[in-house]
Amino acid sequence: MTTPCRSPCIRKALLDRPSPEVASRKTQQLGCRFIASRNSMDFKVGNLMLAKENPENEQPAINEEYRKQLAGNLLKDSNVMHKNSRILAFKSKPPPPPEGFERNVKLLYSENASAGQAKRSKIFRHIPQSAERTLDAPDLLDDYYLNLLDWSSRNVVAVALGNTVYMWHATSGLIEELMQVGDNDGPVTSVSWCQDGKHIAVGLDSGDVQLWDSMALSKVRTMRGHSARVGSLAWNGGPILSSGSRDNCIFNHDVRIRDHLTAKMCAHEQEICGLKWSLSGQQLASGGNDNLLHIWDASQMSSGGPSNYLHRFDEHQAAVKALAWCPFQSNLLASGGGTADRCIKFWNTQTGACLNSVDANSQVCALQWSRHEKELLSSHGFSQNQLCLWKYPSMVKMAELRGHTSRVLHLAQSPDGYTVASAAGDETLRFWQVFGTPDSNKPQLQRSRSSDSNSGINAASCTHIR
Amino acid sequence: MATAQVARDIITLKGSADIVTEFFCYAVNSIIYQRGLYPEEQFGRVKKYGLTLLVAQDESVKKFITGVTAQLAAWLQNGQLQRVVLVILDQRTLEPLERWNFLIETDQEVIQKGISKRKSDADIMKEIQAIMRQITSCVTFLPCLNSTCIFDVLAYTDKDAAVPMTWTDSDAKIIENSQVVKLRSFDTKVHKIDASVAFKMDSDA
Repeated sequence: MTTPCRSPCIRKALLDRPSPEVASRKTQQLGCRFIASRNSMDFKVGNLMLAKENPENEQPAINEEYRKQLAGNLLKDSNVMHKNSRILAFKSKPPPPPEGFERNVKLLYSENASAGQAKRSKIFRHIPQSAERTLDAPDLLDDYYLNLLDWSSRNVVAVALGNTVYMWHATSGLIEELMQVGDNDGPVTSVSWCQDGKHIAVGLDSGDVQLWDSMALSKVRTMRGHSARVGSLAWNGGPILSSGSRDNCIFNHDVRIRDHLTAKMCAHEQEICGLKWSLSGQQLASGGNDNLLHIWDASQMSSGGPSNYLHRFDEHQAAVKALAWCPFQSNLLASGGGTADRCIKFWNTQTGACLNSVDANSQVCALQWSRHEKELLSSHGFSQNQLCLWKYPSMVKMAELRGHTSRVLHLAQSPDGYTVASAAGDETLRFWQVFGTPDSNKPQLQRSRSSDSNSGINAASCTHIR
Repeated sequence: MATAQVARDIITLKGSADIVTEFFCYAVNSIIYQRGLYPEEQFGRVKKYGLTLLVAQDESVKKFITGVTAQLAAWLQNGQLQRVVLVILDQRTLEPLERWNFLIETDQEVIQKGISKRKSDADIMKEIQAIMRQITSCVTFLPCLNSTCIFDVLAYTDKDAAVPMTWTDSDAKIIENSQVVKLRSFDTKVHKIDASVAFKMDSDA
C-alpha cells in the first residue's frame, strides 16, 4: 500500500497555499512526507493483542531444540556444559606462591622510567652575569706585561700588590701577608704557585726570583740571573721553574740544586710577558712583546743552543701575553694578542699548525680553559673590560661577564675548576662562577646566584687586603 | 638424507601426543611465569621452539606439572582428551580470574585406523613458536592480577575415558562476565590445538 510520495504532498501543498508558484517551491523545500494509509489495518484485533495480560507461548516445541543447539554452538566455550565430557582436575594441587611474595607483574612491562634520560644531554647552565665576590686590591699595578695573580692547588689566591704579596685563603676568607720587598728590589712583578701548593715563586723588578714557603712564611732561596725584571714565571709540574724577563731571556731553574740555572732560552727580542708549561711538562710556550710565540721542547732546553725552539709563530700582531694549554686535547695551545691584534689563535704545537683564529674585538689579556666543559674564558681590556666565555671548538660566545671598570689583566682558576678569579686595573679582584657548579654536571638547571646573592656578598666581602 | 627427512615428517599418534604434551608443559610454565604467579627467581631459562622459555624450578610445581602432563599424554594417545584448561584463581576467594583454554581436536581416523600423517617438523615448531609468543604478548592486555593467585589445570575428557585415582571430578570454573580472546592454533595433523584466553572484564576499564 505504498503511495507514491509525490502526489499526496503536491496535492496537499496546493490545497493549502493560495498561489501555485509558492506551493511548488515549498514542496521542494519540504521534501517527501509519507502518509500511511491505514485501510488494511485491523485496529480491533491489534488492540486485543496488546492488551492481553499473559501472551501465550506461541513458539512451538520444536524451537526449543533449535534454540538449545544454537546456544550450544554460540556459547561453546562458556556456560553450557558439555553433555559428553567429564571435567577432571588433578587431585594434588600446585603449591601456592611463597609467603609475602610481592607480585610485580606490573613492572615486567612498565615503562622504562629512565629511558628519556638515557643520553645525558647537557642542559645549558646558567652563568651568573655578575661576580660572586669582589675583593679590594689597592696598589695593583696596571701593567700589561706582569703576572700578578695565581691560585694554588690548596685553594689560596696569591696576589702581588705593589711591593707586597698577599694570600687570600678561599675556604676561610682569611687574608695573610706573605712577604714584602724593599723599594730597591720591588715592586713584585710576578707570582707563581708551585703545583704542590706550598711553595710560591716571586719575581721582582730587580730580576731576582725568590722562592717562599707559604705555610712557614719564610723565604727558601733567592735565584739570581736576570738583568731585568722578571715579568713571567712558570712551573713545569716538577722542580723546574722557568722565568721570563725583560732581558729577553727565559731561564730554567732547578730549585732543588745549588746551581739552579739549568737552561737559557733567548729567542725573543723583547720582554717575555707570557710563559706557560704544557700540562704534560713536555713543552713550554713563551709569548713576548715582540709579537712572537715560541714553543720549546723540554728535552732540548738544556742541550741545544739558546735559540733551539721547536716552533716560532709570528702571526700575532701585538704582544702575546695570554697563553693557555688545553686540558682535554693534548698539544693544543690557545694564545691571545694585545691591542693591535685582538685575536685568539689556536695552535697544534706538535705540527706547528694554526688551527683557528678568532677576532675577539678587544685586547686579550688572559686565557683560561675550562676543565669541565669544552670552553675557553678570555679576559679583555678596552672598551668593555669583560670576560668572554667561548664554546670550543665552535668559538661561539656563550657569555660576557661585565663588572670590571678597567682592563682585566690577570685570570686564575680555582683548584676545583669552577671559579675564576680576575684582577684588573681598577684595583679589584673579582670571582666568577663561570665554569659551573660542582653539581652542574647533572641535567639540572642551576639556580641563579646572581643579583640577590651578589649584592649581599659584595657588601660583606668588600674587604681591604692591606 | 631424503628418506630421513621423510621419516621425520611422519607424525604418528604417539608422536603427536608427545608434541602436544610437551607444548602443554611449556605453555603452562610460560603462563605461570608471565602472570607472575610465582617469584621470578624460581624460574630457569631453556631454549625451546627457537625461543628462550622460562620453566619453573621449584620442585613441587615441577612435580605437579609433570604429573598432569603425563596423564594428558595418556589421554591424548587414546584420543580422549577434548580440552585442557589452565585456570588462575584468587588464592583467598578461589574465584577464577583467568582461563586459558586449549581445545583439542583429534583426527578420529588416526585413532581408529592407526595410520600416520605427514607434516614437517619445522612447520609444527613454527606454529607452536607463534602461540608461545602470543602467550607472552597477552600480558599487555590482560588485566593485572592484583591479588595472590594460584593455578589449576582442568582436563575435559570423554565420558568413557579411564581416569586414574589421582584425578577427580571438578567444576568448570567459569568466569563471570568474561572477555575471550582467541589465540593462534597449531596442528600436527593428528591433533589440532586451538588456544584462547578468557579473563574477567576490567570493571573500571
